[in-house]
Amino acid sequence: MGYSSVRGGLDAIEHAERLIHNQVTDGGDILEVSQVADHLQLITDQVMGEGGVYDVELGALAVKQAEGDPIEAAFLLRAYRTTLPRVGYSLASSGRELRITRRISSAFRDIPGGQVLGRTRDYTQRLMDFSLLDGGEPMPLGLIAQADAPDDDEFPLVIDVLRAQELMPAAPDRPADIEPFDVTREPLRFPATRSARLQGLARAETGALLSLAYAGMRGYGGDHGYIAELRQGDLPVKISHPVTGRAVNIGWVSVTECYQIVGGQASKAKDRPDYTMGYGMVIGRNERKAISMSIIDASLKKEVKSGNVIEDEEYVLYHCDAIESMGFVEHLKLPHYVDFQASLVRTSKVRELVKAARTNA
Amino acid sequence: MPSVSTLLEDRGAAFAGYSFAFLDDMAKREIRRAILKGVAIPGHQVPFGSREMPIARGWGTGGLQLTLALVGGSDVIKVIDQGDDASVNAVNLRRLIAKTTGATETLDTAAATLIQTRHRIPEEVMREGQVLILQVPIPEPLRLVERSVAAARSMHAEMDYSRMWLALYEDIVRRGEVSAGAGYPVMVNGRFVMAPSPIPRWDIPKLDNARCLFLFGAGREKRIYVVPPFTKVEPLEFDDYPFDTEHFDGKACALSGATNAYLVESPTEDGGSRWTASDTNYADKVLAGQEVDTKWKR
Repeated sequence: MGYSSVRGGLDAIEHAERLIHNQVTDGGDILEVSQVADHLQLITDQVMGEGGVYDVELGALAVKQAEGDPIEAAFLLRAYRTTLPRVGYSLASSGRELRITRRISSAFRDIPGGQVLGRTRDYTQRLMDFSLLDGGEPMPLGLIAQADAPDDDEFPLVIDVLRAQELMPAAPDRPADIEPFDVTREPLRFPATRSARLQGLARAETGALLSLAYAGMRGYGGDHGYIAELRQGDLPVKISHPVTGRAVNIGWVSVTECYQIVGGQASKAKDRPDYTMGYGMVIGRNERKAISMSIIDASLKKEVKSGNVIEDEEYVLYHCDAIESMGFVEHLKLPHYVDFQASLVRTSKVRELVKAARTNA
Repeated sequence: MPSVSTLLEDRGAAFAGYSFAFLDDMAKREIRRAILKGVAIPGHQVPFGSREMPIARGWGTGGLQLTLALVGGSDVIKVIDQGDDASVNAVNLRRLIAKTTGATETLDTAAATLIQTRHRIPEEVMREGQVLILQVPIPEPLRLVERSVAAARSMHAEMDYSRMWLALYEDIVRRGEVSAGAGYPVMVNGRFVMAPSPIPRWDIPKLDNARCLFLFGAGREKRIYVVPPFTKVEPLEFDDYPFDTEHFDGKACALSGATNAYLVESPTEDGGSRWTASDTNYADKVLAGQEVDTKWKR
């Protein structure tokens, strides 16, 4: 059985491939992958998070190859990661071990360990910096440089203060599900375990979470909670040493973590503390996503539901993944003439029936 | 039994840097087990850990995972989209399968061992040993009446299809007809209501008591389901409103003259329309004067 040539299609897609290849390899100054990694860190972080791979070079390569389309870049990473073998599993790390570069609380004026503003655009004026058109000059950092490096000290968690004051339930002794669910290997089942839920949200598309969280805050089932603590920094990756069995640190992952406190409507019916926590943790520097995630997590945890979609885990978890949503929405570009023909035949049949019914009436 | 050395040879030419047939062996094993479960429970949707593929969700990743889990180096692969082997997506899938496995490509329905398809069942009758892999966008036939996946699962478990029947009844009351065109719901083996994927009504009767194996893969929705050979598949219908397929009375394929085929209409520049067979391999065979068996139902 030999290969039979096909009409048109193969040539057309090969030509299309060449056109997009040349878009990133031809004309003007070629963008280096290292430039993306160094200067477009936020998009690289977002792509690594949504793609589910922590590798700065691969993330930057995906951004370059996708011409800066974050969803397409995350898709490239996902399709790559799925072929990688599992060489091992890390031990659980706690947010308490984070090497902090930034930490703020909006719930308290002062927090134990102190607020660390760090690297943020929050209080900058959004004015175009035209000096960047000509490259721009770095500013002297002095002591700031030292403060911007990850801090080896462990900072207390603000949430622990609330727990100590019995405003929130104490931390569970151990995680509810000991062996975490793996959303990359198992299909979601509902009700989803908490680990499945958090994994789904952590890999979700930033814009999708933002939109859901915003809708929730505006009155569609979310809360205007309080950020007990928002942190950025490096989290250790530890494995159990194959020979000694001791935990060894094999690297660091840059993350953003958000603890959102919601509730607080004390009631006579319950004597237990009724603030609850929504949690968000995402890859890299992506506060927008971490805050959105914590709002959605808090809504999903609600025991008394208002019926809004942000409290519905099927709705949230099935629709927040960019790779799945973009694939299905954009598949509309595929030819559908067979199904459309079936629809046309049905429509004309029903029209005939309606016409006949009118004539008989 | 084949020997180990012939099995090793059967691996064909793998694509550098990737596993044979792209998927890792554990993924393939999981998919094959899901298929076996599907064969044992015809029409039941088996959840599986659908992997991310190098083509987009919604573009045939479910079908592709089934194909890649089954294909060996000696297989002969055919891929059609809307019945057409030359459609760009079909070409793209076929070259990915060939590139990662070294399997032989074909356009010939009769010569293929595995056929991956989107929204059509070939006109030419498929025989024992052949596998038709259908790409599925929405595997849940109850989605129209129940949006919650968890609730729909328990409706299937309890064989509670009352809301489905009610929806069909309401359709008839409103429109005088069941309005579903492509993807008409079917009852498999008298037990499970199943989404046949958006194949036209024309193809629905082919599912009933066929000789080939039908596999359905929904990658984004992470479900696999199966209609094994010689399994009863009936469209949902009322005694006084029987199921009916499309009719193309008096029309023939403008390219091949074929009449016993699903035809699609394309507008022409002079404001008229042209009808052609959507199954291009069938049209080619009719044009070449070959005898083609299209009698699926015996």
